[in-house]
Parts: sequence; C-alpha cells; structure tokens
Amino acid sequence: MYFIQTLIKGEDGLFKPNTLTSMQKLTLRFVVVGLFYYAFAVIEGMIMRIYEIQPIPFIESKQFFAIMTAHPLVGIFGSTYSIVFGAFLFLVPFLMKKPLWSIKLGNWTLWLIAIGTFVFWSAGFLTHYAPLYTLYWPLPADFTQFSVIGGTFFIIGIAVVMLGTVFFVINIFKTLTYTPEGWEKQPSGAILKSALGITAVANLFRRKKKDQHVSLPVAAIAQGTVDVAFNSAIILFTGILILIYMVAALLGFDLKSTAIDALLYKNWFWWGLDLVADGLVLIFVAGTWYLLATLITGKKLYMENVARIALLIELVVSWTVWSHHLLSDQAQPNILKIVSGEMVTAFELITQGLAFFITLYTLWSARPLKMTNPLKFLLGGLLGFALAVPAGIMQADIGLNRILHNTQWVIGPHVHVAVLVGLAMTLYSAIYFLFPILTNGAKLYSQKLANFHFWAQLAGGVGMGAFMGMAGLHGMLRRSLYVNGEFNTYMILAALCGALLLFGFLAFFFNIVMSVGLNGVLGIFMPSKLKTKDLLPPSQ
Amino acid sequence: MVDSSTVLYGQTLAYTFYCLAILSLMGWFAFKITRKGKEGKIKNTLFYSYVTLLIVLGVSLHIVTYNTIPWTPIDLNRTEINPDKVFNITVEKHHFILPQEKLTIACHDKVLFNVTSNDLTYGFGLFRQDNSMVFQMQVVPGHKNDILWQFDKSGVYTIRSTEYSGPEGVNMIVKDAVVVSCDQASTINHQ
Repeated sequence: MYFIQTLIKGEDGLFKPNTLTSMQKLTLRFVVVGLFYYAFAVIEGMIMRIYEIQPIPFIESKQFFAIMTAHPLVGIFGSTYSIVFGAFLFLVPFLMKKPLWSIKLGNWTLWLIAIGTFVFWSAGFLTHYAPLYTLYWPLPADFTQFSVIGGTFFIIGIAVVMLGTVFFVINIFKTLTYTPEGWEKQPSGAILKSALGITAVANLFRRKKKDQHVSLPVAAIAQGTVDVAFNSAIILFTGILILIYMVAALLGFDLKSTAIDALLYKNWFWWGLDLVADGLVLIFVAGTWYLLATLITGKKLYMENVARIALLIELVVSWTVWSHHLLSDQAQPNILKIVSGEMVTAFELITQGLAFFITLYTLWSARPLKMTNPLKFLLGGLLGFALAVPAGIMQADIGLNRILHNTQWVIGPHVHVAVLVGLAMTLYSAIYFLFPILTNGAKLYSQKLANFHFWAQLAGGVGMGAFMGMAGLHGMLRRSLYVNGEFNTYMILAALCGALLLFGFLAFFFNIVMSVGLNGVLGIFMPSKLKTKDLLPPSQ
Repeated sequence: MVDSSTVLYGQTLAYTFYCLAILSLMGWFAFKITRKGKEGKIKNTLFYSYVTLLIVLGVSLHIVTYNTIPWTPIDLNRTEINPDKVFNITVEKHHFILPQEKLTIACHDKVLFNVTSNDLTYGFGLFRQDNSMVFQMQVVPGHKNDILWQFDKSGVYTIRSTEYSGPEGVNMIVKDAVVVSCDQASTINHQ
C-alpha cells in the first residue's frame, strides 16, 4: 500500500506540482526529457555492447550502425542539451536575479529538441540511415547504401534540434542584456563584456579594476553559449548541404559528390564539432564546478579572476584545435597538425587543469564538509575529466595518433569516460543540488539508491572506459565489428561495466519517480497555476 | 625503427601509473575533506608551480614524442625521403585493389604506401597476426594519402580499413596481404 501510494504521490506526498512556477516546470520538463533520452542512449549503448561480443541474430549490421549513428546524437542533443539548457535557463535568471527573457521561447526550445531528436532517431531506427555522427563526405549522400527518404528525415530532425538550440542562445543573451519592465536601464554593454570575459582580461592591464557585472558561473554559461551558437550554424549549414543532395536525388538528379572537397568538409565539420566537445562542454562543466563549489561551501572561489581568464582562453582555444581530429589525414597540412592539432590542443590540459585545481582548493578550504550527493557526484565529475583529458592529450600527438586513431582507445578512456563520468556526474551533481529547489522541498525517496547510483556510475563508467581502452591498445578499432571473438575478453568486461551504468541509471530513475510520484511527473507537464515570471513561488 | 607495439607498451605503463595516482589522489581528497584540518591558506607558489608543470607537460609531450617515436619525423618529412619501394593501392566500392596479391617487403626498406580512394573516405591500416595495429592512416577521396614505413622484423600483416565507410565497409579486410622478410641479403644491403 505504502509503495503504491508513494509511486503515485511521491515520497511523503511532499511534491505538489500545483505549487510550481512556470520556470520550475520548464526546468523540470527539460530534466524529464533529458533523462528520457539518456535512457534511450543507455539502452542503445547496451545493445551495442552485447553486439560487440556476439552479433545479435535479429539485429542486422545495418541496424547496428544505425544505432551507432543515433547513439551519440541522442546522448548529446536529446539528453545533454536538454538537461543543460533547462538548468541554464533557470540558473541565469537565478544568479542575475532577473526574470528569464521569454518562458515561451524556453518551451519552444524544449519541444523542438524533444521532437527533433525523436524524428532523427526514428529515421535511423526505421530506415537504417547510418553515416555515423561524423557524416564524412560523401557518405551522408551515398544512396547506394542508405535510403534518401530516411536520410532526409534524419537531417530534418537534426535541423529542428538546431532551431531549438538557436532559440536557447537568443534567450540566454537576451536575458543577460534586457531591461525587465519597470527596472532601471541595464548596462547591457558592460554586462556583455563581463559575461564574455573581456572585462577580466582588460582588468589585467588596468590599475583601477572594473567591477564584474555577472558572476563567474554566468560568464561560463555565456561563453559556452557562444560556441553553442557557432556550432548550431555549422550543423545547420552542413545539414542544408546534405539536404540539397537528398532533395536532388528525390527529384531524380544525381549531383556530383566530388563537387565537395572531402578534406575541406572534414575540416569544416570538426571545426564545428569541437566547439561542442572542446568548447561548450569544457566551459559549461568548469562553470558548473565553480558554481557547485561555491554553493556547497558557501565560500568565494579561489583565484576567481584566473578562472575567468581561463574560461576565455578555453573559448578561443576551442576555435583552434580541430586539427587533432585530422592527425592521420596525410593531406592535412603539417603546420595545422603541429600548431592546431598538437600545440594549441595541449592548452586544454592547462585550462581544464586550472579548473580542476581551483574547484578542489575551494572545497578544501571549507573542510570539514558533509559528503552529500551533490559533493560526491561533483568529485566524480572532477575525476572523470582528470582521467579523460590526459587520454585525449596523448592521442592528440602525431606519433601516438598513428597507432591510436580510430581505435577503442579514443572512444573508451577518452570519450566515454569524459561523457559518462566527467560530464554526466557533474550534471547529476547539479540535479541532486537543484532537486529540492525546483520541487519546493520534495524529499528524495532513498539515499541508499542515490549511493548505489553514485558507485554504479563511477565504477561502470571508469571500468567500461578502461576495458575499451585496453582493447584499443591491442588493436581493436572503433566503428567496426569483430565477429570471431578477437577481443571478447575486453568486450565482456566492458559490457558488465555497461550493465552497471544501466543499473545505476535505473536506480536513479526509480528514485526520482518515487520521490515525485507519477502524478508529479504528469503534473510537471501541466500549465502552471501560478501566474508569475518569478523563478520560485513567493513562499520559497 | 622501434616497433609500434613497444611505443604502445610504454604508453600503457605511463597511463596506468597516472590513473592509479589520480584515483588515489581523489580517494584521499574525498576522505580528507570530510574531516577537520589545519587552518591556513594555500601558498600561491604552489598554484603557479602547478600551472607551470601543466605547461611543461603539454609542450614537452610533443617534443619528447618527436624525438623518440621514429615515424613522427619520417612522416612529417616524407616528401624529402626517397622510398626504396612504392605500392600504389586503390580503394573503390569497399574493396582494396592491390598492385599484386602479396606485397613483399625486405627488412629495413623504406616503403611508401600510396592509397587512392575513388569514392568514399576509408582507412588503411596494417595489423599483426594477433590483431594489434602496426600503423594506420585515413584515405580521403580527391587527395594524396601516403605513408612511409620501415619494417625491422619479419612478419605477415593484414590490411584493414580503419575508417567507417558504411555497413558494407566492415569486411574490408585483406588477410596476410603484406609479407616482410628479413633474410641475410636485405640486412647486408642496409648496413
């Protein structure tokens, strides 16, 4: 009886969606959508883990690669973008102490990302469109292998996600700079300079330092959003290019794929994607670490001005590192490989290393601290990047890249440890921290489940990355299939760790559903009864 | 030339040691921050020393690898090196078209693999009998894709595409396509 009651009404019946503001509901909706697509990504991931041990009889290899195509896009756009955009659309107004510029636009972002992700996922699922997220030219337009209609819907889905992303960018920058009705005119120029790190750099050369108009976490959000904007433009352009070939094929014209230079396309594509992988992810994560450290400790961040400058350096670095994806492309100019691929990329060791130290010291200075859920997941996130960034720096070396490129090393110790331990645990830390604020004091159903979630995510993520990496060092390629059991020992161990990740997620999911109740989950999607633009209800 | 397996072994050791160190550090940190400690600010010297260490590590990695991994300077300067043998290989419709059934190479010869794609982006990699990788490169259509390599021990190697080119590319494997022979004659020629 108690179980059924809790499942329906949430822990102690404390969560009352009727008391939520529009902003709280918007953020929680983003979290629900983000977790929904995280579940997709985890399940797809487990299918691939099993397939790499032994191909599953009812899943053709075409479907396997369609899953592999959708998996990172669902994870990045469907899940991560949803959770991050939802959190930041709440946090920027929260930290700036002013309303969000447009709650309506925030809801547009939510639904465009949710629907767009479902469209491209469905196109892949139904038609096996599988050029992988890399879309190396001319594979996306290879209609001897892929369905034109499937590809068209796939690209349309991505474009819809990008439109939602553009709305997010507009909403963030408008919120920073606009003057709410009845307020004194905001110094939008000075706010923008502070947000983009220009004031921090200029202060290095000034005797009389100018005040910062935005807090450090807001500066991180703003600078990361610059990369979000650039990336959405590049993805939209690339999508339109591919769409031209698809529409032409549908109309019976066969456009020459050689009209597009494959190497130039690859440079363009990786320039754009590194704005995500080496730009917004690192900047947003650093900003989140700084915010969590100051909220958990109640203390000022150590070396705040250095942290501000490091964010701007990271932003500029993110525009200049793309050649580390082309170190094994023999036609890529050597000067780009050395300067962009090696030297500038090495800067990320410095910028992330700084963020790591600053966050750890801020926590250290406030000890003793209680090992709460936000703190333990924050430490997990820090560990994840401490493992994954050096792995990336190693493969961003011309000599080592020759024997590491496209092996499981890249996708294991680097990508998946960064994403599943570094990024995911940082996001979970923020979710656990914001949970009582966003739910007006709902109680977490089970601390035991939260503990299990932590250890399963940590051990599963690090373990899976490690075993994939070992396979890679022994020659196992990524984006490939081995049907004779050549690397089965590693793949079985990686799959067991993957299963841990799945169980950890299920524990978390169950914990959250039992905390808010099924009525609560449905209630999040109902319109708010409180007619206010405020983030929190008056009683909070 | 140092075998790539030796380089990978060194990297495995270094990265494993690093991982154990960072896991221990974070475990120790997590333990200590829940306990009361000595008051006192961290010296800024420690912070700036840490930053300097990061800069040195970042820069020195590439200087060290340039001077210790022999194929790095060879790769960067390959247009200035005369190869002893050239293999022109074509890739089209997910098939490698080799100039001969077996590519035979004498030990210590500098061999240029010149691979051309007539359609998609592929990869070109050489793998040992135990599936470990000797080297790989990307093969991009419309561009020259060449790699200069020197083998110092006998072996039989399989060619495999190391880049995804669609589901049909999964079987782009030419087993035992490259045979390296270190007989006495080839050793004497290169002394």
